Amino acid sequence: MSLRSPIGQVLGLGSAKAGAHHWWMQRVTAVALALLGVWFVASIFCATSFEYSAVTTWIANPIHATLLSVFIAALAYHSQLGVQVVIEDYVHGATKTVTIVLSTFFHVIVGALGVISVLRIAFSAAGSLE
Amino acid sequence: MAKREKPLVRPLSPFMHYVNGQTLHTMGLSILHRITGVALTVGSILLVYGLVAAASGAENYAAAQQCFSSVWIQSALVGWLFSFCYHFFNGIRHLVWDTGRGFELATARKSGYAVFFAALIVTAILVVLFVRAGGAA
Repeated sequence: MSLRSPIGQVLGLGSAKAGAHHWWMQRVTAVALALLGVWFVASIFCATSFEYSAVTTWIANPIHATLLSVFIAALAYHSQLGVQVVIEDYVHGATKTVTIVLSTFFHVIVGALGVISVLRIAFSAAGSLE
Repeated sequence: MAKREKPLVRPLSPFMHYVNGQTLHTMGLSILHRITGVALTVGSILLVYGLVAAASGAENYAAAQQCFSSVWIQSALVGWLFSFCYHFFNGIRHLVWDTGRGFELATARKSGYAVFFAALIVTAILVVLFVRAGGAA
């Protein structure tokens, strides 16, 4: 006798294989942020000037622009995963689902804003390369 | 109804026998990981605001600089710096736990105190460094 449901037998599919996905991505982004976060904080503390030209020139450097974009993307992702767990603990029912979706929208917007701003600075500086 | 001669001692849940002062410390550190995480989420909005301003021209960047130099934001930055340090150190503590190590009560307590004081010390060092460098922002 099979313990599988009739629909399960017909479709013959296994599990969705996404059970540990949230948990695992939280760890992966955590390791990425541990490295990129130290780089980011060290860069801020090593900066000699926060004038407009100094900051935009620093961001426009291809390596800085790349690391900063990846940092913001990992930050938004990790933040979304963490806030989702907090919502799941304190909000229940349909409100929970709505809150998580709104939080996800919010994190995507914040992440996209950050990355696009970095890219805009990087690409607008490209025209004035020496 | 008969009167009770001595107050009734109700049984406690087994886990309650372990709740004492030290347990409250590790519980506090656990909730602090969540609080600093949410604080960093709020802080990341400020970071993105700064980047948007920098990508929107010198005038907008100057307005953001004005905002960042306010006493409120400067004080909040110290809080965000501590949040970063604590979430960083305690996050590493969590990653070590993920490998199945460090779960013994005594070890967990020691590592808890270690990450908390490491975060305090590193925050203090960074604030002193920043103030000595001129405190630009």
